[in-house]
Amino acid sequence: MSGTMPQTMYDKIWEHHVVEEREGGVALLYIDRHLVHEVTSPQAFDGLRAAGRKIHRPDSIIAVPDHNVPTKNRHLPNPDPMSTAQLTALEANVKEFGLEYIAIDDVRQGIVHVIGPEQGFTQPGVTLVCGDSHTSTHGAFGALAFGIGTSEVEHVMATQTLVLKKSQNMRVTVNGTLPVGCTAKDVALAIIGKIGTGGGTGYVIEYAGSVIEGLSMEGRMTLCNMSIEAGARAGLVAPDEKTFEYLRGKPKSPKAGQWDAAVSFWKTLGSDEGASFDTEVVLNGDDIVPQVTWGTSPEDVAPVTGFVPEASDIQDDHKSASLEAALKYMGLEQGQAITDIPVDRVFVGSCTNSRIEDIRAVAEIAKGRKIADRIIEAIVVPGSGLVKEQAEAEGLDKILIDAGFEWREPGCSMCLAMNPDKAGAGEHVASTSNRNFVGRQGPGARTHLVSPAMAAAAAIAGHFVDVRDF
Amino acid sequence: MEKFTQVTSIATPYMRANVDTDIIIPAKHLKSIKRTGFGEHAFETVRFDAVGNRVGDNVFDSDRYKGAKILVTGDNFGCGSSREHAPWAIAELGFRCIIAPSFADIFAGNCVKNGILTVALPQAEVDAIAMAAEGGQDITVNLEDQTVEVGNSKYEFDYNAAHKHMLLNGLDSIGQTLQASAAISAFEEKQKHMTPWLYRA
Ligand code: SF4
Repeated sequence: MSGTMPQTMYDKIWEHHVVEEREGGVALLYIDRHLVHEVTSPQAFDGLRAAGRKIHRPDSIIAVPDHNVPTKNRHLPNPDPMSTAQLTALEANVKEFGLEYIAIDDVRQGIVHVIGPEQGFTQPGVTLVCGDSHTSTHGAFGALAFGIGTSEVEHVMATQTLVLKKSQNMRVTVNGTLPVGCTAKDVALAIIGKIGTGGGTGYVIEYAGSVIEGLSMEGRMTLCNMSIEAGARAGLVAPDEKTFEYLRGKPKSPKAGQWDAAVSFWKTLGSDEGASFDTEVVLNGDDIVPQVTWGTSPEDVAPVTGFVPEASDIQDDHKSASLEAALKYMGLEQGQAITDIPVDRVFVGSCTNSRIEDIRAVAEIAKGRKIADRIIEAIVVPGSGLVKEQAEAEGLDKILIDAGFEWREPGCSMCLAMNPDKAGAGEHVASTSNRNFVGRQGPGARTHLVSPAMAAAAAIAGHFVDVRDF
Repeated sequence: MEKFTQVTSIATPYMRANVDTDIIIPAKHLKSIKRTGFGEHAFETVRFDAVGNRVGDNVFDSDRYKGAKILVTGDNFGCGSSREHAPWAIAELGFRCIIAPSFADIFAGNCVKNGILTVALPQAEVDAIAMAAEGGQDITVNLEDQTVEVGNSKYEFDYNAAHKHMLLNGLDSIGQTLQASAAISAFEEKQKHMTPWLYRA
């Protein structure tokens, strides 16, 4: 422990995990937890095999398939032979290396970032990695969690460490109270709209303020999930009673004999009074309005009451060229009202918004209503089998199906065009996922990022609408 | 890993900001379980139209920039996913060095592991280098000195010391880290004592 200098939460977790200091702010950092999925791991397992290396701590890993799995007709063979090859490779690798594996037919199967917290594998104060950028999600628990590439996956498997340069500290404080109809997703998009997709590059963001304290664990996960869309390495929220309540009794949470010691330790993790941050950003939660993205980067975002920007509003040449390209791809006009954008397809799901609270929000809007005729397909994809079970126990699936939504099996689904769920070229998709990149949901597909409630309202109306008017 | 000391070549200018990893290599091509074969799909939406015909004036296939080992591009390059398929794809196009005003963290880390040097310079300097690239001028990137030389101009860049050491020597990072095995075990002993719940029985 260093002396009496007040520390940020990030400083503390970092310091707890330094194995060796190297020059230039670089350290060999110990990694406690590792989540593995089928897309970014096969080459890492191959690397280990080729070098004759073992996995240092198999007990630090849980593997689960999510990106490639179909979300319907699972009893049939996977329609894509390459997906099958990737799924089969994962199964063979976990067997060979002796890893805990949640198979596709296990009720706990789901998106890595949903199952980690559900199993109590994600805990405050740990370092947690996964070969997936949205690993930042787990920061909602006060875990230092970040995405890594495949070579690093192999490095962690072989050594339980990473060679890392410490990031800078940024605090994003959201004061006030969030208006009714606004959610963690709107907060996340409003922050990205303010600081830009590169605004967090080189930083770990700690979220603070009354709005963050007021969010449920699900909401905090949604917010931390999108830290990467602001360019940040990770997002963090200080653990509190909500965190402890969520984790109590989860399968991999500390057991009764260790629980109290763990909670006492977790309570020491929050940033110290007077800790200094390299950058501070402050937002007023009362001003946040439901958000909709109009372009091909998450920073291309506007309030639902707003308009697509005009080139004349933009000073920077590089940016106005990007605006033109984005609008051409999206089939939108400068100055167009957001509520005039039609919606052809709706996707509720992804590691951003597929938890029970998200499904409830959609059901609440959908109840007793019908999706608009122009909607080709509106799918709701729970983040895990356990979310699905819970939603069904609450009767949410019936409400959704009655309104015209499809109720699917858990997986990444239409968040990225890697499995059978895709959007067609030129279609506008109201999507609760995290990335509106060109082609992300299928070649030519036009993604608009929104909250679950906003996606549900768009499904009913057939165009974007302010959910607060519902 | 291939060493990186110095590269001299013409450069491909692709001056878009926020080039994300889905542009570099679309998700549908991530299904391979190998490390190779991604180059042909690199920048697919830039190089091919919706029906698969090559876009005539794209910089990646143009004869003008054939043989370029350097890519000059816009701010926040490589944002988005953690997929290492992105640097794998870029390497297969023949690039050893990328020059941009800034890079996404995970992408830059993935580049080092694959012998690709990422050089961050102020926008105005990147713009000047892009102009030279369009003019077909040779550009020299020297990692030892941390400089980029174009004509009579010389630009200095910052670079992570640990990564520099790895690239200059073409080191295997796992092999390097395993030399610290004793320190890792000592850390684990201490941690087992302090936070025993992190270890499964
Ligand atoms: S849901 Fe989307 S963002 Fe999340 S892990 Fe799956 S593909 Fe990645």
